[in-house]
This record gives sequence, structure tokens and C-alpha cells, in this order.
Amino acid sequence: MKSAVIVFPGSNCDRDLAVAFEQAGGRPAQMVWHKETSLPAGLDIVGIPGGFSFGDYLRCGAIAARSPICRAVVDFAKRGGLVLGICNGFQVLTETGLLPGALLRNANLKYICKDVDLTVETTDSPFTRGYRKGQGIRIPIAHHDGNYAADAALLGRLDAEDRVAFRYVDNPNGSAGDIAGVLSENRRVLGMMPHPERLADAALGGTDGAALFAGLAEAFAPA
Amino acid sequence: MKARVHVTLKTGVLDPQGEAIRHALGAMGFAGVDAVRQGKLIELDLAETDPKAAEDQVRAMCEKLLANTVIETYTVELE
Repeated sequence: MKSAVIVFPGSNCDRDLAVAFEQAGGRPAQMVWHKETSLPAGLDIVGIPGGFSFGDYLRCGAIAARSPICRAVVDFAKRGGLVLGICNGFQVLTETGLLPGALLRNANLKYICKDVDLTVETTDSPFTRGYRKGQGIRIPIAHHDGNYAADAALLGRLDAEDRVAFRYVDNPNGSAGDIAGVLSENRRVLGMMPHPERLADAALGGTDGAALFAGLAEAFAPA
Repeated sequence: MKARVHVTLKTGVLDPQGEAIRHALGAMGFAGVDAVRQGKLIELDLAETDPKAAEDQVRAMCEKLLANTVIETYTVELE
């Protein structure tokens, strides 16, 4: 699996994501600085990591979404490339318009950092194929703005098209429809607030996130 | 010329910060505050001198960056 991780000023989960890609996919992820105008050739997947790109100025992810590299990421996604955005990466993807909705301040106004229980809602995506439908997994969240905003029409569409990847069991942040992660229409872009890369190795205290990366790697394994 | 852009959450989008402000005002004894919506003010100093062109320019900035029109609405004032 040929992967790249985008690095913005203020990204802080970029190395963790690169390690998770490498452990599952067997080759090092390429780190791509936000000022680049193109992605490395032949990529299978682009990761947009967590952190506080550009200090969360204006809106979380807003400035990053207008950076030169994001134009290349949008083109890559439109050509059917796989894009995984975690936490701040999810916020960036909604700001680019690759994913619907938006992430607002948590309903309790607090920064929340803890492990949360999720339900895998669909296995019909390259990201969730390594899980069972309805499987309960525990993954950490660490965010101040993870309150997914979607109106009734959008929620209905996401349900009808089976595009909710993960839901919170006990909604921590006020997200509409308990949504923790959503897929794009072509199911090849996933944004999620929880951090699977933080529990993808037993040495980190858990492996519930590993199946996401293993599933991706399998999809790209030589037959 | 100068432009002032106000960005607020759209009606119907829950504003947790506005709600927290409303609660605090009530607790401080300011009665009768039924709702609070908070937002941000962005002041721009523009080289453009034609009001119509300036307004068009600022509205384009709002659509492309200053507001996230999925959840936010904006107003533009010129002076």
C-alpha cells in the first residue's frame, strides 16, 4: 500500500498515522508538506492527520482546506483516490466539501480526551471492511470541535446511502445522529473524529483501530 | 475602503457557546434574555475604492473562506 500523510503547521498526529499506515501496509508513508502543489505519483491512499492545523484559526480546518496541497487532494479524491481524515483531518475534509456537514464546538463546550465506544455501522467501504457490521469497538477521541452538524435531509440521505461508518454508543459531543465518521458518496473518502491510529498496536493499550488499517492494506495487497 | 463582515451560525444550527452565554447572563441576574447567538467580526482594509466592486470582492471572500456556508451565514457592511 502506497500511502502519504499531509503535514500542516500544527498537525500533531501525522507521525502516528504514518506508523499505522506503515505497520499495516509494509512500506513507509511519504510525508507531504502543505505547500506542495502535487501528491507523489502512484499513491493508494492519502491521510489527513489530527492536530490543530493553523492553530484552528478562523474555523477548525478552514485554512488547511485552502492550502495548495488540498487542491491536489481534492483532485485525487475526485479521480477515485482513497482519503482518510482523522479528527482535524475530518474537519479539513468537510471544509473542502469532499464530505458533507460540518464540525461544531462540542455541545458541553469542553475539550474531551477519552476512549469512547463506537459501533461499526457499515462494512461496505475500504476502511471498514476489516470489521463486522454492528461490531463494538473502543477508540480514543481528543477534540474540542467534534459536534457533527447535519440537517434532517442530510441525515436521511446518509442513512439511506449507508454512509455512516461509525456511531457513538454514548454521544460525547452532541453530534447529529450520534455520527462519529462518514463516507463520501463513492465510499472512498472517510472522515472520523475518533483516532484509530492511537489504538492500532498492543503496545499502545489496544488494537481496535488496527482492523481499519489492516483492511486497507489487504485491499492493496498483491493478489 | 473598509469592510466589516459578521459571521454567525445559521438559524436552526445549535449554538452551544451562545447557550452558555445565555445561562451565564441568567445566573448573573440579567433576566429576560430569551436567546443568545454569538459569532465573529472580521474587519478588512481594502485597496478597492468602488463600493460595488468592493462588496462583490468581500462576498466572494465570504463564500470561499470567511464563512462556512454549510452552517454559517454572513453580512457585509462597507464604509
